[in-house]
Amino acid sequence: MKLPRFSRKTLGIPYAVFLVFFVIIPMLVIVFYAFTTGVKDPETGAESFSFSFSNFLRFFSDPTKLSTIVYSLVIALVTTVCCLLIAYPVAYILARSRLKKKFVILMLFVLPMWINFVLRVNALREIFNLLSLAPALESLTSANYFKTIFGMVYDFLPFMILPLYTTIMKIDQSLYEASADLGGSALVTFTRVTLPLSMPGIMSGVTMVFLPSMTNYVVSDMLGNAKVTIIGKFIYEYFGNDWHMGSMVALVLLVVVFLSSWLSGGFKADENVRGTNL
Amino acid sequence: MAEKIIELKNVTKYFDDNLVIDNVSFYVKKGEFITFLGPSGCGKTTTLRMIAGFDLPTSGQILLGGKDVSQLPPNKRPVNTVFQRYALFPHLNVFENIAFGLRCKKVVNTYENDKGEKYTRREKLSKKEISDKVKKALEIVDLEGFEKRSISTLSGGQQQRVAIARAIVNEPEILLLDEPLGALDLKMRKEMQIELKEIHRRLGITFIYVTHDQEEALTMSDTIVVMADGVVQQIGTPKGIYDEPANTFVADFIGESNIFSGKVVGDKQVKFCGKTFACLDDFGVNEIVDVVVRPEDLKMCAPEEGVLKGEVLSVVFKGIHYEITVKVGKYEIVVQSTESREIGDKIGLTVAPDGIHLMKPRYTSNIFDGVITKHNTVEFADGEFECDVTQLYPGSHIDDEEYLITASGEKIDLTGVEVKVEVGLSDVTISDDAEAGGTTGHIISIIYKGDHYRLIVRTEEEEEDFVLSTDDLWNENDYVSVIIPKDKIKLTLKNAEAKK
Repeated sequence: MKLPRFSRKTLGIPYAVFLVFFVIIPMLVIVFYAFTTGVKDPETGAESFSFSFSNFLRFFSDPTKLSTIVYSLVIALVTTVCCLLIAYPVAYILARSRLKKKFVILMLFVLPMWINFVLRVNALREIFNLLSLAPALESLTSANYFKTIFGMVYDFLPFMILPLYTTIMKIDQSLYEASADLGGSALVTFTRVTLPLSMPGIMSGVTMVFLPSMTNYVVSDMLGNAKVTIIGKFIYEYFGNDWHMGSMVALVLLVVVFLSSWLSGGFKADENVRGTNL
Repeated sequence: MAEKIIELKNVTKYFDDNLVIDNVSFYVKKGEFITFLGPSGCGKTTTLRMIAGFDLPTSGQILLGGKDVSQLPPNKRPVNTVFQRYALFPHLNVFENIAFGLRCKKVVNTYENDKGEKYTRREKLSKKEISDKVKKALEIVDLEGFEKRSISTLSGGQQQRVAIARAIVNEPEILLLDEPLGALDLKMRKEMQIELKEIHRRLGITFIYVTHDQEEALTMSDTIVVMADGVVQQIGTPKGIYDEPANTFVADFIGESNIFSGKVVGDKQVKFCGKTFACLDDFGVNEIVDVVVRPEDLKMCAPEEGVLKGEVLSVVFKGIHYEITVKVGKYEIVVQSTESREIGDKIGLTVAPDGIHLMKPRYTSNIFDGVITKHNTVEFADGEFECDVTQLYPGSHIDDEEYLITASGEKIDLTGVEVKVEVGLSDVTISDDAEAGGTTGHIISIIYKGDHYRLIVRTEEEEEDFVLSTDDLWNENDYVSVIIPKDKIKLTLKNAEAKK
């Protein structure tokens, strides 16, 4: 019996189909909607489209929308920095400790990922409600921002810890020894050996935290008393009634994400550790 | 005598509960090329790491130029290391790797101000100083022009050179090399050996070198420290160690050896292989000794002229010489010669007196601390053995209730009594049936002694060693059980009080 032989080309067909239908066509649809306006014929109910830059102009002439973009960026940035500052020492200590049970400790940090996201955010909200002893303080907008960022850090922390942990784990112990041997103090060893060598982990942690925290409006909705609007919320709302504007916002976000990835060097495919060992 | 640059005093190191370095003391002279030589796991790398500061001794002192540095961190010690797997920084290029140590360094510079007063400042090295030093270091290791190369583009040999340059650029008082040539192929190794020796000569600093390759140690060193089981076996010049090994371990580990059990029969007369030979070593008459004869010290001659007569078993061509195994009676003797013989040839062998080396046997019997248990058995070395307890009290016997009745009719309960257990080397046998004997262990050493093998079996828990002689061939690391016949276990009371 002759087994059917699949060439690499034939095996690739399903993926190509998938890419065309679920990535390329939807993208084109978004671009199409973003640069058109639709007029509904009141009699037939059919919609006719006309090419237009009006969505683009509307977006960039609306200060609320622009400030939302900036707010989203700032929230994402603060969240990422907080995650990094918390995660790095944890990952560093765990990766370098000789504890036999360090895997268990790592699991405890990662465990929240396995509990439903909405449940976690709800629980956090309840805790904040319990703690809201000063209602005057609560009404401040900054409190909402604080709670939003707190929630995001809580949610995304594991995504920062894991890549950092795996990268630091992989650093050869003898490199620390070599640094000390050459006269490097603990600080020199950290800044000149550990930190540069854990850069791939930092980069992938940053991309895994920064991008979702720009769009994850569930957290901002639930914890920010709906007073904190981030760009993801916009897209959600526009797709209720105005697909054209929604597409435009999505497209702007895409460009922002692309630019930030590009600036952080995320497209350098080599030695970028995005996966984890867990 | 040259100045002692580094001295170890009673250094002991435990990793958790494992003793890896057992009370080691020695010193290194300034400018010397010294090698720690030994099989893997003998503690040579740990000793080096303690000198570098990566591991701290559990007890004892390490003196550097007379100053105790035992507890100093590595970055505060004037030594640099060439690591086993180089440990080059992968994110830095060749220049930055070599400059790493220089950038950490601060030097005291003296200046003069307008008023002519002198003052000093601790400063980092200037850019030019650094690049000059790096350039010089690269010249020494023959890698001019490699500054900008990234580490991953270098071959093993080139990485090795960068690692050496990175260490010597700091002008350390002592350069530590941890099996630096282990990852290179044979030809490259030979070249690097010569080059390292040349670098040592040019720099004039002390080199401490770790290797398990005896040939490398003999080629390169001024002094060799032979280590085994965390203990220094012998310290000496390569020639001294080769010609006069201190014990059978050294003789077996360094070069090829024929090792026999012999007996001194007169003034500088030793008997082994059934014949008497003249030798140079002075031992007491009737003393049992180990005899070491190097294969190249055995001369082949016509059968009637030889002291030993035998038949050629095998001939192997080794490039410069032939290795010929000769069967003499029940002994197998290895001879090296530039002349060949045919298998089956009858030949004679002679040895000049200076080719015979006598040494005190390391083991003449096995001695353990034991405790008598309930049923008149003795417990030692992780096991329980049947024994004859009546030997502790002359004329005694055991009654029906398993009590010992002495000659005077006194009843003694021996349970828990501590005894010294002695077992002769030839009274211990081993079996691969784990249930067959009183205790079990792994074979940790095998030395061929002409007509039998000398094995050491180490038990797992207490790490007690059984030394035994056997005709059978075993493999190192074999898991065996130790069998001792009841009547071969010699007991003596440890506590004289108990005897009364």
